[in-house]
Amino acid sequence: MSLIDTEQGHAYRQTRFDSAFAAGLAEKAAAGLIQIGARYGVLVSFLVFWQVASEVGWLNPAVFPPLDRILAALWNGLAGGFLLDDVAISLQRAGLAFSAAVVIGIPLGLFMGQVKAVERSLDPILQLFRQTSALALYPVFILLLGLGEASKVFVIFWATLFPTLLATIGGVKQADPKLVEMARVYGASRLTIFRRVVLPGAVPSIFVGLRLSATTALLLLIAAEMIGANRGVGFQVMNAQYNFQIPLMFAAILLLALLGLSANYALERLQGRLCRWNRLGR
Amino acid sequence: MAEAQTIGRGEVSIRNLSKSFALNGRDLDVLRGIDLEVVSGQCVAIVGASGSGKTTLLRILAGLEPADGGDVLIDGAPIRGVGSERAVIFQEPRLLPWLTVMGNVAFPLEVRGLAANEAAQRARRYLRLVGLLDFADAYPAQLSGGMAQRVGIARALAVQPELLLLDEPLVALDAMTRMTMQEELARIWAEEHLTMVLVTHDLEEAVYLADRVLILPKHKGSAIRTIEVDLPRPRDRSDSRFVWLRQFLLAEFGLH
Ligand SMILES: Nc1ncnc2c1ncn2[C@@H]1O[C@H](COP(=O)(O)OP(=O)(O)OP(=O)(O)O)[C@@H](O)[C@H]1O
Ligand SMILES: [Mg+2]
Repeated sequence: MSLIDTEQGHAYRQTRFDSAFAAGLAEKAAAGLIQIGARYGVLVSFLVFWQVASEVGWLNPAVFPPLDRILAALWNGLAGGFLLDDVAISLQRAGLAFSAAVVIGIPLGLFMGQVKAVERSLDPILQLFRQTSALALYPVFILLLGLGEASKVFVIFWATLFPTLLATIGGVKQADPKLVEMARVYGASRLTIFRRVVLPGAVPSIFVGLRLSATTALLLLIAAEMIGANRGVGFQVMNAQYNFQIPLMFAAILLLALLGLSANYALERLQGRLCRWNRLGR
Repeated sequence: MAEAQTIGRGEVSIRNLSKSFALNGRDLDVLRGIDLEVVSGQCVAIVGASGSGKTTLLRILAGLEPADGGDVLIDGAPIRGVGSERAVIFQEPRLLPWLTVMGNVAFPLEVRGLAANEAAQRARRYLRLVGLLDFADAYPAQLSGGMAQRVGIARALAVQPELLLLDEPLVALDAMTRMTMQEELARIWAEEHLTMVLVTHDLEEAVYLADRVLILPKHKGSAIRTIEVDLPRPRDRSDSRFVWLRQFLLAEFGLH
């Protein structure tokens, strides 16, 4: 008797537990859905609207083709390989310029931020260069370097250098003097202070510059590839438009957007790993 | 002071110290004719009106600011810059935000060339002393103000200084935490056989912690007033002598 009782009791508790568990799970799933909806709802609505509007004819499908045709063009381009080649050459141009900007901009910025005299005497010319649009200088670079790869990479480099350089200088200059003094009290040398106090403090600011530089690199890449290029994603946008392959044009534009997103994501991840402390703030 | 029989640890001897700053093209006398002796193992509190030069005096002792004239000796030797026998506890914790609590306490030890595991071991010991061993892996942004200040205190103690300089170390804390921390400081001071120079505005704090309280004069060149605090330790804030001394100091300020 008692055995059955307890068994029943156990089964009863078990089902109660299961249903509570299921309810909890459903609640969690619902909360998750709401969160996803809040984050991506507008984006999804925008895409749905595009698709429907293009198919129904609210939008001129010759200018705004339905998304499935754009995706098909993208797939064909990638599977066919020619879009991949474009991506590769574009990445090479932007990557080379961006790397050069980082390799020159960060050390130069660290130096300039640390040595006041250098910073003071270089600042005016930096401001002048920065305010001069890189695109306006592109013809000059073409005159100097020809219409080949060199001028393209250089114009991207030029525009990409300044955000990183200036952000690095700023990051070094805003080092907390109280922390520097603390390190001094404990006998830290100038080099140690730079390495362990100034530099880590500048990292978040440097990353702001890097992300701005990455965006700028892609922006300038397209502009450079629209002039005198016969390969690259930017070229493909212009070329497809010229040949009235509108789905392909949008496919290239979409690729560019994806490139920008992934560059930003990669930098964000790197920043997250390097400055975990910076996101703990209250 | 020709032949000191027992060379003290962290002994301070200041003679005829003067210091002025250039302010708006004029020389501002901040300290003039200051004499001060702190015996090894003593705790001396320095009080005085705002602008009387307390922080300046402490910064000179720390080696962060040069004196203009006079002698400043530590253990009989003139001060030349910062020194490994001294540590400072500032008004703010001044923690490096990118290092954990552990990393912050170990920082000066690493700067001074201690091996990493030795530094970590020492840091752990002093974190236990301030009751924050459980937070060794936390980042400064995750601490309360009082906890952060305790990390700063652990960092200063971990270098095992002979002379500990404190500039209003508890002023940013709420009254309750401040009282607890005063008790902690008193305990640590005794345990570690420290020599301490404590700048404070809190007269009760001065009476609670110090063997002697010095009042820096407002009028430059006037003599420093010294009040001996000959109360048994640990001190009792409600003791009548304690209350009387605190009132006495208060009157010194109220009347002058
Ligand atoms: N670096 C400096 N340059 C110019 N003047 C200074 C400098 N540091 C301090 N002073 C001046 O020295 C005087 C004493 O300053 P100090 O900070 O030592 O005072 P204090 O006694 O600590 O005051 P408080 O109780 O407000 O902290 C002030 O008048 C201040 O203006
Ligand atoms: Mg002060």
